[in-house]
Amino acid sequence: MHPDHPEHGTQTSGWQAEPADPDTAIDPWPPAKAPSPKRRQSEILAAIAAGGVIGACARYGATLIWPTAPAAFPWTTFWINVTGCAAMGILMVLITERFTVHPLIRPLLGTGVLGGYTTFSTATLDTQRLLDAGRPGTGLLYAAATLLAAFAAIWAAAALTRLAALPHASAERGSS
Amino acid sequence: MNWLMVIAGAIVGAPLRYLTDRAVQARHDTVFPWGTFSVNIAACAGLGFLTGAATATTVPQALQHLIGPGLCATLSTYSTFSFESLRLAETGSRYFAAANALVSIVAGLGTAYLATALATALLA
Repeated sequence: MHPDHPEHGTQTSGWQAEPADPDTAIDPWPPAKAPSPKRRQSEILAAIAAGGVIGACARYGATLIWPTAPAAFPWTTFWINVTGCAAMGILMVLITERFTVHPLIRPLLGTGVLGGYTTFSTATLDTQRLLDAGRPGTGLLYAAATLLAAFAAIWAAAALTRLAALPHASAERGSS
Repeated sequence: MNWLMVIAGAIVGAPLRYLTDRAVQARHDTVFPWGTFSVNIAACAGLGFLTGAATATTVPQALQHLIGPGLCATLSTYSTFSFESLRLAETGSRYFAAANALVSIVAGLGTAYLATALATALLA
């Protein structure tokens, strides 16, 4: 074999690289079995639909267990949105900054479960109902309280998760 | 039956939110989360219309559950709305974060009132 032959070099480096490769590179979508874009898209949609059903059932179940009187402060929807936002803060920090997860986890949990669990439209219609019932103070308080509590919840949950799960978060924040 | 209707609405609502968001986000290049804004406003319109319809005429319980807690509540999202606002604030677009919050609330309420009035006018 000629030493200048390119095959010689590639053979050596290929052999040297081979044992390390299968052990270290864990690809959740191995190229040999990689689904087509259409297949992957339908898997994402199925994950979102399944997650959406779980989230919607949790929300609907909560409204059955803790029903709200028509003119009362809608505590059930309020807590649904606040807890859903807190969970979103934890989830997004964990899956985008801490762990490398399966590509279907974010569609399933973030878009599906938490997106289906929390609701913007019900909160808006709750406000409308309070305004129509002659309780504008409660209606505006509810809209403002939901917004502020939801934003505070996601911010605090994300910050606490960074503190707990990312010890060097402040140094690495810029690169992520 | 009510549970089945909520599930059926959610099966459509959650993927519809994702597909609408993707379609809207692909058509502009601003940092403003118009995709989530669109689904939230659309869901407010649907729920407002249902509210108007329910007061103007008799809407079957099953249909109310399909459109209300099923489709519209799942189509809209508070968690993604607040996540995108937080991300805007963290990336330095504080003005956009505040604008997203206020515009969404005001537009959602306005849309709900318009849809309720429309349903009342059409069905009463």
